[in-house]
Amino acid sequence: MVRDVAFGQYFPADSVMHRLDPRAKILLFIGYIVIIFCTFNYVSLAITTVFTALFLILSRISPVFYFKSLKVILVIVIITSLLNLFYGSGEELWQWWIFKITLNGINRAVFVTVRIVCLILASSCLTFTTSPTELTDAIERLMKPLKVIHFPVHEIAMMMSLALRFVPTLLDETDKIMQAQKARGADMESGNLIKRVKAMLPILIPLFVSAFRRAYDVATAMECRCYRGGAGRTRMKQIHMAGRDTAAFAALGLVIGGVIVCNIFLPAAI
Amino acid sequence: MSCVLELKNIGFTYGKGTPFEKRAVDNVSLHIEQGEFIGVIGHTGSGKSTLMQMLNGLIRPTDGQVLLDGRDIWAEPKKIRQVRFKVGMVFQYPEYQLFEETVYKDIAFGAQNCGLQGDALDRAIRDAADFTGLPPALLDKSPFDLSGGEKRRAAIAGIIAMNPEVLVLDEPTAGLDPMGREVLLSQIVRYHKERHNTVLLVTHSMEDIARVADRIMVMNKGRLALFEPTREVFRKGDTLRGYGLQVPQITRIMQDLRRRGLDVPEGVLTVDEAFAALLPLLQKEGKLW
Repeated sequence: MVRDVAFGQYFPADSVMHRLDPRAKILLFIGYIVIIFCTFNYVSLAITTVFTALFLILSRISPVFYFKSLKVILVIVIITSLLNLFYGSGEELWQWWIFKITLNGINRAVFVTVRIVCLILASSCLTFTTSPTELTDAIERLMKPLKVIHFPVHEIAMMMSLALRFVPTLLDETDKIMQAQKARGADMESGNLIKRVKAMLPILIPLFVSAFRRAYDVATAMECRCYRGGAGRTRMKQIHMAGRDTAAFAALGLVIGGVIVCNIFLPAAI
Repeated sequence: MSCVLELKNIGFTYGKGTPFEKRAVDNVSLHIEQGEFIGVIGHTGSGKSTLMQMLNGLIRPTDGQVLLDGRDIWAEPKKIRQVRFKVGMVFQYPEYQLFEETVYKDIAFGAQNCGLQGDALDRAIRDAADFTGLPPALLDKSPFDLSGGEKRRAAIAGIIAMNPEVLVLDEPTAGLDPMGREVLLSQIVRYHKERHNTVLLVTHSMEDIARVADRIMVMNKGRLALFEPTREVFRKGDTLRGYGLQVPQITRIMQDLRRRGLDVPEGVLTVDEAFAALLPLLQKEGKLW
């Protein structure tokens, strides 16, 4: 089935991570990525890893789903770590043909692997614990200052939330159309590339037609509710920063502080 | 009669191992004879659609077996397409699957996949169009230019053209106007009579099903609650209400009359039957003519 993808899905639950303000989560996420790539020795890497483990535990989502999301990028991780492993500088530890491994290379490989894994885990945690509506809401609020330069913040946020809203619907629809065409003997699993692309037509055409139909329906429904853009709109669900958000920022602050201190006082490993 | 479809302790769970896990079909076993007209009813979410999709191998049951003509359809997963030609499946709102340039080509899609060619293909298409009441003039039009009801007919014709042994229709009359429902239903009945094929009809209309079905499957919460001749099923009004279903209006009226002491049979299914049962009573009491 099309829907068996863990990456980017929202899992409703009641945890500290779920209850954090979505704006705070996005800001924390950005800060976290920056700091992950500013780790230059093993102590600071350990600090960020422990921090990652901490918020994964706090999200109260089964580790199975985190592993599933890692599976998607496994190939990328392996390739980048291998590249780093063989392209380190310094004294050679081992050599064969054009491949040589140095201590610097090993360190680089470890760092790049841990960083990418942490990055994916963190972004999975963000999407697992934040519903798409919360996410677009938060993005709209965070981008508000851009209105000064006439950037259509509201419209873009509305487009994003509409698009996200229709992802599951269209996936559902794809599933249904695929089933219907399979029932008519459509063969999508065999044949060469050209044959397979051709076999997609009976799915793509009805899907396109229905996407347009839905777009018209939504537009009519919005007009019936007198939608006229963002000016003067209030929201039903107000988002507020709370004590736990401050605590989360403080925790990230500590991690950033720790990493900076380590970078200053300890020798860099890469 | 021979058994065309047999289900053995079949079950299906959606999203196994996720928080969205749901048991859609649970331990269903049944036999369907060649040439039967089976009605399938059940409350929304009772698992009837999932069950139907397991009949032609669109979804693979998580437990149990589906036997078609005595053979397990999943014995050779690579040959599952052959099963889909034998068990034709018309989905809900099938008009959304149309994609070809002309109605003719769209009806041909399934039959061609089946391996039909040349004259045989042409005949299959025209026969199918005739069964669903599509006028030949429409065959050269684009399917997207047809009206809603015509699209529905074209989509159903696409399945009939494959000449399946078993035809499964999932709410084929949903969203049609009363006239359209009537005509489509009588065409399905005609198809059943002329081809002597097995037909499974899923519907929410008790009136429709009372008129056409030999036997009725009643689904409730993923389980097969009842599978009996139509008259027997509609005799059990209270049980059906317990499953969120109803008996046909005319059956309900006759059951009420019976409760008030009138000597009418219990399982009346159609207005004609009711008329035949009431007329002698009225004549006897001298209240008529």
